Amino acid sequence: MCTVCGCGTASVEGQGHKHSHAHDHTHDHEHHHHEHAHDHDHSHIEMDEKGDIHFGKGLGATHVPGMDQKRIVEIEQNILGENDRYAMANRSYFAERGMFVLNLVSSPGSGKTTLLTRSITDCKDRFAMSVIEGDQQTSNDAERIRETGVKATQVNTGKGCHLDAHMVGHALELLEPEEGSVLFIENVGNLVCPAAFDLGEAHKVAILSVTEGEDKPIKYPDMFHAAEIMILNKIDLLPYLNFDVEKCIDYARQVNPNIRVMQLSATSGEGLEEWFGWISGGLEAAKVKKPA
Amino acid sequence: MHELSLCEGIIKVIEDQAVAQNFTKVETVWLEIGEFAGVELNALRFGFDVVIKGTVAEQAKLEIITTEGTAWCMPCGETVKVSTRYDACPQCGSHQLQITGGDELRIKELEVND
Repeated sequence: MCTVCGCGTASVEGQGHKHSHAHDHTHDHEHHHHEHAHDHDHSHIEMDEKGDIHFGKGLGATHVPGMDQKRIVEIEQNILGENDRYAMANRSYFAERGMFVLNLVSSPGSGKTTLLTRSITDCKDRFAMSVIEGDQQTSNDAERIRETGVKATQVNTGKGCHLDAHMVGHALELLEPEEGSVLFIENVGNLVCPAAFDLGEAHKVAILSVTEGEDKPIKYPDMFHAAEIMILNKIDLLPYLNFDVEKCIDYARQVNPNIRVMQLSATSGEGLEEWFGWISGGLEAAKVKKPA
Repeated sequence: MHELSLCEGIIKVIEDQAVAQNFTKVETVWLEIGEFAGVELNALRFGFDVVIKGTVAEQAKLEIITTEGTAWCMPCGETVKVSTRYDACPQCGSHQLQITGGDELRIKELEVND
């Protein structure tokens, strides 16, 4: 059965579950007990010929008929509970395989993809890597990554402004990352929405380039609060800009006193060794923790 | 605009509850949203009106309880009120604050009809 959707994957009273999987997926859907009567097919997920997945093509709906008698029902549930359950599933998937997973978040144009391609090229001989690319449209970024020779799956969110844990779970089925590898999840370029969605990663890494405003950490405090790492990218351009590095770091610490800052340039290569070393350390720790 | 996704999550919880707790119509939905939950309330209301179509909550009224931000100030050793994540402690001016309240993003309760 599909390990991503849990109970939602079962066919409900003969209603099909249309996943678009690239690999041969000839499992028997387990007709386990299904608590609710909605028709939750996944036909809103589309896959193109390149194996890239597209979300945001439709909504499911439900109706249950009945009568009337008013009462109050205590719920006390987290609105993100569903996402968090998928994130937990992803997290155990990563833990079982001794993987180190980073969720890269930033504004569009901060140099995420350039940093990724540079990291992949420079670290190819140090550890295995793969990439999940999130964008609203196009497979350009996944193609840039594939050119480096590592596996990449593009997830297009359609109208969506962020990746969620469910999308990542589906991407993993296609990607089939190696055990003991590093997985980079490049989120949709957006400093707002991805902050709320746990994907099951070890760390959120916020990338800020010095061509942006130094006050971005306090303009988008939720994101810099959620991230454990802030990368200041494009530092080779500092001589040409009025970007106050110290002030930027102070702002980041105001929002998140524990944030670790790395300054680097994916183009000139300055500062990259600290970043690679940190990834390598994280991967070693993940491998040690992997259950035997 | 992740508020629409949040609304889809709300509807999912409500529909699961409709089966578990045997109701067929939701009159009112109470949400608890913290100041730091990263939610734009107008967008949330807009998204709610969109996602309830054709669901048990189609006629539901949305009530939002907002909770204020609080933080534990390490130097002061007490809880203080803050209105942004980057506020300094209103008492000692320190930024060594740990946010303790205002992150809430919960469906609190429902008024329902059998």
